[in-house]
Amino acid sequence: MAEERDIRINVPVLARVEGEGSLHLRIQGGRIAELGLRIFEPPRLFEKFLVGRDCREVPDMVARICGICPVAYQMSAVHAIESILEIDPGPWVRAMRRLLYCGEWIESHSLHIHLLAAPDFLGFGSAPEMAKVHPAEVRRGLRLQAAGNEIIRVLGGRSVHPVGVCIGGFHHAPAPEAMRELLARLRGVLPDAEELVDWCARLGAGGAQRRLTCLALRHPAEYPMNEGRLTTGDGLDFGSSEFDRHIEEFQVPHSTALHALLHGEPYLVGPLARLNLNRDHLPVAVRQVMDSAGVRLPSHDMFHSMSARAVEILYALHEAIRLLETYEPAQRSAAEYRPRAGIGYSATEAPRGVLWHRYEIDADGRIVDARIVPPTSQNQACIEADLRASLEDQGLERPESELRALAEKVIRNYDPCISCATHFLDLTVDRL
Amino acid sequence: MDAKPLPKSDDGPVTGRPTVAVHKFTSCDGCQLAFLNLGDDLLTLAGLVDIRHFAEAGMVDPEAQVDIAFVEGSITTPDEYERIRRIRASSRFLVALGACATAGGLQALRNLNGLTQEWMAGIYATPAYIRTLETSTAISTHVKVDLELWGCPVNGRQVLGAVRALLFGVLPEREHDKVCLECKRERAVCVMVARGIPCMGPVTLSGCGALCPRFGRDCYACYGPAENANTAALGRRLAGLGLPPEAAAHRFHFINNGAPAFLEAGRRAAEGGFDDG
Repeated sequence: MAEERDIRINVPVLARVEGEGSLHLRIQGGRIAELGLRIFEPPRLFEKFLVGRDCREVPDMVARICGICPVAYQMSAVHAIESILEIDPGPWVRAMRRLLYCGEWIESHSLHIHLLAAPDFLGFGSAPEMAKVHPAEVRRGLRLQAAGNEIIRVLGGRSVHPVGVCIGGFHHAPAPEAMRELLARLRGVLPDAEELVDWCARLGAGGAQRRLTCLALRHPAEYPMNEGRLTTGDGLDFGSSEFDRHIEEFQVPHSTALHALLHGEPYLVGPLARLNLNRDHLPVAVRQVMDSAGVRLPSHDMFHSMSARAVEILYALHEAIRLLETYEPAQRSAAEYRPRAGIGYSATEAPRGVLWHRYEIDADGRIVDARIVPPTSQNQACIEADLRASLEDQGLERPESELRALAEKVIRNYDPCISCATHFLDLTVDRL
Repeated sequence: MDAKPLPKSDDGPVTGRPTVAVHKFTSCDGCQLAFLNLGDDLLTLAGLVDIRHFAEAGMVDPEAQVDIAFVEGSITTPDEYERIRRIRASSRFLVALGACATAGGLQALRNLNGLTQEWMAGIYATPAYIRTLETSTAISTHVKVDLELWGCPVNGRQVLGAVRALLFGVLPEREHDKVCLECKRERAVCVMVARGIPCMGPVTLSGCGALCPRFGRDCYACYGPAENANTAALGRRLAGLGLPPEAAAHRFHFINNGAPAFLEAGRRAAEGGFDDG
């Protein structure tokens, strides 16, 4: 079609993305001449008001960046600060932090699959609407979400902004009875997670096939959560202290967010990237379920991110069960330390992907400087590239309502937790 | 055609299938999770009431006239300043949900020093692209609020209790105790008396179940100031426990720094005003 169309798909509130966004397309000669994904998230300036605070206050402060993944913010923060204070919290703390992260992955992925994304795939406006036709599937999802929340609650008192984590470890070691109950509950939902992998695999593919550069942590012995080096799987490999030498974050006038590029190129973080780069660390029990469901890896189709989340839920359940089977309360739930000046870095795997923190503290343990790069701003450039390719693939002559529906699905595959993107801007630029 | 005038909050119980909206302003989304984490109760709720707008759950109709509007988040942009007025005009009951909506949230720390523009320039290369207000303020700073649910975050019990009560045309029973009382009810050992840990329990509103002291740690006042909080006595105690003025000020200037009782106590602590032995 030679005709020129100027379409503003203004989705004043983009449903089921946490935060708000709108998308502007300019189509010229059958091609997208201009594409702008606008996301409205007012700045909260965390990196600035952290300055001057005692480093012990940081875990409770950064949790407030995101209600859906507070554990991730706490984990990146404590690891970065502990690297400055030269703390080794030991194997008990290490295991419990892994367990806590399992809870957040299960909770966040379940929430995304059932309440945010599956209604799209099956043509419903919302999860309660979907529940009228698929009650068992929605309830299964809510059970899994609740099981993840319960892990966080046992270790942190509550699932949103949990209060258990401190620098050096945990304020509290759960009693063995509480952990036994938790173990029984998690074993009870294992069949749910297995069925979910199969169900998500059947939701299908359909995205634009293109070469995605994946970035994730890689650990020599295990599926990555709190530790490891960053890798793209094709030779690039670096520690969290070198993050800002490889990744540049900058403000883009045509868009609304700080974008991040890896050596000048868009890249993908999150469940599909993690799984593509770390599938060899999955236990046999998980791989069997995956294989029989027909989940093939690596995949560069973002519509497979649903399956990737389901596989990670199953993995996190197995891992949590493994950690709980040998649980014993610690004599000391947190290591002791003295303040010390320095700079520390940490990247951990938030449900949505790599979450990087950098802190500088003074000799009294006060924050001098803080930088946080959340997964959503890293995926922003990738989302725009994907939108461009997917919309062109599907045919730009389609009516606006269809283009809008497809665009929403594409965006939602990345599970952009907009409020966790500390840098998303409310931007007003005249694009015409 | 003029729309039919909306019944007001003092017009008695709601009749017919009540309508509900959940709106987001500047926040972390954590308080909306009080709904999304309800499990089966979420489906029951969606059957009992007509959820007209709840973007995170898929229902989008931001201008809908509703019986109950839940508002999460604080007011930090010119657009939000306008939007909250429209929501007030189209809702019968307006419920402020959580620390951002009731006190401006952690992000209200920007109000303390007037450095918002400088901070913006420190993070964004071109801060002119971003429209933001100098301050982060509570919903009640801008419009009449029928009910405030405090907490960072609020929990499912609080939001369901509010829905139930408002549908009967009454306000839910308010929390009025201090965390110390909750601690006693839970038989938690007092961390301040037993271990000398500076704890905000004596001035903090109950409702959380004394989570932190039960975990052997200090309360950090995420439920905001209790009624008639004796911040002066606690301020003196914090100084007595050896907290320097700045550290004591930070205890008040934390999650609910914008709540008047904490704002004032923090300022006094910073000046060493409680440090009189």
